[in-house]
Amino acid sequence: MEVNEVFEKVKNLFVEELGIDAEKVTMEAKLEEDLEIDSLGIVEVVMAFEDEFGIEIDDEELTDVGTVGQAVNLLHSKL
Amino acid sequence: MKTALITGGSRGIGKAIAIELGKSFNVAVGYSSSKEAGEEVVEEIMKSNGTATAIEINVTSTESVENAFVAIEKEYGGIDVLVNNAGIAKDNILPRLKEDEWDEVINTNLSGSFRTSQRAIKHMMKSKWGRIIYISSIVGLAGNQGQTNYAASKAGLVGLSKSIAKEMGSRNITSNVIAPGYIDTDMTSFLTDEQKDNILDKLSIKRIGKPEDIANIVSFLASDESEYITGQVISIDGGIT
Repeated sequence: MEVNEVFEKVKNLFVEELGIDAEKVTMEAKLEEDLEIDSLGIVEVVMAFEDEFGIEIDDEELTDVGTVGQAVNLLHSKL
Repeated sequence: MKTALITGGSRGIGKAIAIELGKSFNVAVGYSSSKEAGEEVVEEIMKSNGTATAIEINVTSTESVENAFVAIEKEYGGIDVLVNNAGIAKDNILPRLKEDEWDEVINTNLSGSFRTSQRAIKHMMKSKWGRIIYISSIVGLAGNQGQTNYAASKAGLVGLSKSIAKEMGSRNITSNVIAPGYIDTDMTSFLTDEQKDNILDKLSIKRIGKPEDIANIVSFLASDESEYITGQVISIDGGIT
């Protein structure tokens, strides 16, 4: 799967699971500051990623994920 | 219509809860050993025009919990109300208590509730609504001779519930504990008349509790009206504590 395909799927999950405006979801957007996702929201997103992509994400892998782009790259590397 | 799962729903307090919740929810009556007893409860709910299914769920097994949830989700969608009622007692004074007896009681009463709660929370987070209710015991708050394992398991539910209340409050998921006192069920049938008289002496309301006394409050906690109550322990004990 190409990076931009992963991004589109990720964007859909943000919009559908968390009700975030699609325009706000860019590769540069910061999860907490720009998208205003709280810690529980991050967990919801991760659970949604796991379901959507059929992968498991360890908590340690998430420590460096602060933006949508970093999440997309992590997912892309695991597919 | 929302769906409720009651573990240990085929007998005693769990049965009364299942029947009461059957008035306003689809009910999954969880049983571990007696399918027949579970189906009797289902019949009773259906007689009053409710919707119910008996479902095997052994809370000591993650696999059994998973299978039960999948079956319920297939039939009704996700579980919105989880009543953790399944519990066992293996009483013995501490010097005589075997480690097996400790482990079994903790594994069923406390770890079993962890397994069901963790599994249930995913759907509740998604739907941004949920009710988790733990049936603990006044013994978990006050202790009791011969019940170190049982009391510890029931006290553990308080910490579990209060933490879930804090973690999940922002998603409109509430978590509360009911602490029943002496209720007339199989679990208290071993009491001698003398012991019963002693208990009656200490009660403000001069009767042993009925399972329905618990079921009525569970029904309220499961409703929309209780949305501002979370992280609480409600003793229903006729005033013994």
